[in-house]
Amino acid sequence: MSSLWSQLEPLLPQVQKPARYIGCEDGAQTPRHRAGAVAWLLSYPDTYEIGLPNQGLQILYEILNEREDAVAERAYAPWADLEALLRREGLPFFSVDTHRPAAEFDLLAFNLSAELTYTNLLNCIDLAGVAVRAADRTDADPLIVVGGHCTYNPEPIADFVDLVVLGDGEEVVGEITEVVADWKATGKTPGSRTGVLRALAQVVGVYAPGLYEARFDGASLVAIEPRYPDVPQVVEKRTIADLAEWPYPKNQLVPLTEVVHDRLNVEVFRGCTRGCRFCQAGMITRPVRERPADQVRTMIENGLQRTGYDEVALTSLSTADFSGINDVVQGVMDDPINCGQVSVALPSLRVDAFTVGLAGQVQRARRTGLTFAPEAGTWRMRQVINKLIREEDLYSAVDSAYSQGWRRMKLYFLTGLPTETDEDTLGIGELARNCVEIGKRHNKSASVTVSVGGFVPKPFTPFQWFGQNTVAELNRKIGLLRDDVKRSRGVQLKWHDPKATLIEGIVSRGDRRLGPVIEQVWRRGGVFQEWSEYFDLDLWTGAMDDHGLSADWYVHRHREETEVLPWDHLSAGLHKDFLWQDWRDALAEVGLPDCRWTPCYDCGACTGYGIEHIVASATPPAGGSQGTGQDLDRGAEVPVALRAAPVA
Amino acid sequence: MSVVGNPKIRIRHTKQGKVRFTSHRDVARMWERALRRVRLPVAYSEGFSPRPKLSFGLALSTGYESLAEYLDVELSERIDLTDLPPRLTEALPSGLEVAAVADIERSTDSLQQAITSCTWEIEVSDTDLPTVTEAVARALAAEHIVVTRERKGKPVTDDLRPLVRHLDVTGSNESGCRLTAVLGTQPRALRPAELLAALEPPLELRRVLRTHQWIDADTGRREPLAAASGSAAHSEACVP
Repeated sequence: MSSLWSQLEPLLPQVQKPARYIGCEDGAQTPRHRAGAVAWLLSYPDTYEIGLPNQGLQILYEILNEREDAVAERAYAPWADLEALLRREGLPFFSVDTHRPAAEFDLLAFNLSAELTYTNLLNCIDLAGVAVRAADRTDADPLIVVGGHCTYNPEPIADFVDLVVLGDGEEVVGEITEVVADWKATGKTPGSRTGVLRALAQVVGVYAPGLYEARFDGASLVAIEPRYPDVPQVVEKRTIADLAEWPYPKNQLVPLTEVVHDRLNVEVFRGCTRGCRFCQAGMITRPVRERPADQVRTMIENGLQRTGYDEVALTSLSTADFSGINDVVQGVMDDPINCGQVSVALPSLRVDAFTVGLAGQVQRARRTGLTFAPEAGTWRMRQVINKLIREEDLYSAVDSAYSQGWRRMKLYFLTGLPTETDEDTLGIGELARNCVEIGKRHNKSASVTVSVGGFVPKPFTPFQWFGQNTVAELNRKIGLLRDDVKRSRGVQLKWHDPKATLIEGIVSRGDRRLGPVIEQVWRRGGVFQEWSEYFDLDLWTGAMDDHGLSADWYVHRHREETEVLPWDHLSAGLHKDFLWQDWRDALAEVGLPDCRWTPCYDCGACTGYGIEHIVASATPPAGGSQGTGQDLDRGAEVPVALRAAPVA
Repeated sequence: MSVVGNPKIRIRHTKQGKVRFTSHRDVARMWERALRRVRLPVAYSEGFSPRPKLSFGLALSTGYESLAEYLDVELSERIDLTDLPPRLTEALPSGLEVAAVADIERSTDSLQQAITSCTWEIEVSDTDLPTVTEAVARALAAEHIVVTRERKGKPVTDDLRPLVRHLDVTGSNESGCRLTAVLGTQPRALRPAELLAALEPPLELRRVLRTHQWIDADTGRREPLAAASGSAAHSEACVP
């Protein structure tokens, strides 16, 4: 049981934010490494303050440590200052729980939530003392596992990882543990690594890229096929049927130092069927599985008491859609034990479900930040992307918020969307100005922050065939908008660097040929590429050129229906013809209603796995634009309440 | 807004072990959470963003340990303080132990105003005892120890000597030497690292422990709140 603590301790006074490396959080487990227990190191390839709040890792940390046959610790990428000291002292990547060297674990698992962290993944593997290329690893090396939303196209990192896990991790980590336990029991004998990978490939949801071969014909991908007959042709994602069976994390980690989302987080549902066509999360996490409102209440109550937090976030992809939202929020506010000091954050809000009542409840303790995501500036554009909220929905939500005392809110938009015209782009400025005008009725200093991101088409979405806008085009559109709002008082514009958008685009839909590019960027020092001060476009474009690859081909080209996509051998449950039809509908500006409240259109996410939506309410939230029988084509009036037609 | 008549309590605690790598702000947040966990009726400020009314003493640099940290808490009602120290310790991260709690008068000077000096135990990694002893003797013999530091982008010159009340080499071993210092905090607090850097030759800091904070008066010095007898001894915190 080796701890590096005594060697790390003298280094910590020399680095920024040493509390990142000490562990000691409330909720931290006491790992019992023992014979027969498979040791997992659950890692996030970015800093502690970004990685610690990751709920996926926290859930698996508890589930694994509850098992008799497993033990789990956590690790986060050391910042550049500590990394330099570690390399100088010959010390490896380590866990924060007991400060064990990473290479002493059986599995080194990484959550991948952003493509630009891939070079950090390589850096962590290397710092662990493990070969970065899977092919160069020995039987004694840990298995490198990745999960998280990025892994729905793992091909760009196929050279570096042993296993990819698709979908919900709650059940599959146990199944992986059992296979690895058997392997461990046999002493990981020489030559046994391929065998264990083949055994793991039998676990549904597990993809072992090394067991598959990618065939190309010139520039075109022809197929990605198993090298062995027992390895599945198509890897299906995992989906837990009922969130109620998984009330995790039960002991959310309370860090000693400040992190992002430093509050209690309670997941109220998983999955989203609003059907926004740009949204990968909404496509790959279907169907909707709500947590029972009573369980949500218990988790909030216990969580607040245990942690001492004064803020709880109800998390999901669209929290205002939660059937019990009003009751739950009011319950927290009315609970005398919270003394009126606990605030509720609703981090992902659809404007059409945000009402005055909800606004009034949420602001009772402290006004948390309010972000709405209309995503596009015109109704036409929102029909293309299937974000079917009308201007009136936005204005009424904004009015609700300003009337309840908010003075500022954030509006999130995408630019570079399919069929986008300058009129659509400028519509963003128009919406923002109108919101400020509404705000001024309530408060003279009302303002709006408009945040614009360049659109990156993602795998397993209807937009996966779309050619992303170039950096020059995105810059032009942002410039257009900047000029437009320059003299608009109360409107602040922020935007995501289109250069980073380009690289995200390359990696999001790339294939195995990007492996050497990622490796070269990392070898030349390109770590922490998520951080603007470290992001280096030239490293990436140089590496693309050196390997004879064209960004245009990967990013800006529209793909054909017949093209083999690098993720065609993986499945998020969605039928490819459903996605293609939805893409055609998008171009025809035809909306698609939410299947929670309207008949099934057979996307494949439920039927393929024999599961279904779990929602407590059969009616959509008040004011919702979807499933309420409105004429989607025109964006007509929404009946706020459904009642019987008056007798004539 | 301060409500007339709200009771105040003063808390004394330690900060030792791994938790020493957290910052002063981190500790403030740990306290806010701990006070909510034990459901102490803390008074809150008014306004858009109500905050609990806590006031902390002199900031302890990140990485330093302490046997004598203090904070004052304004309550909305008077409470029984019996058993409060162990309850608070239980609600705090390991490495923070509450040594004493007492009611204080509302008119009591704030910790920032009242504290005039601190006693420090300092370990340096310099192993040569004669060199260390000489550096200390030179400093004590000097009339001024002038340093220049940057403040708000402008160089500021300071004389540290008046703030060095006591400095003494108390021992040595193969990993370094041990010093004891009493350093003034008014008009500004002199930190051990600053002092060591100003010595000739400068010494390299290894570990620092604040053992006392003092309120100096003509009648002698006293602590803002004495540690209760029999409080838990130092243990390396958070080591499984």
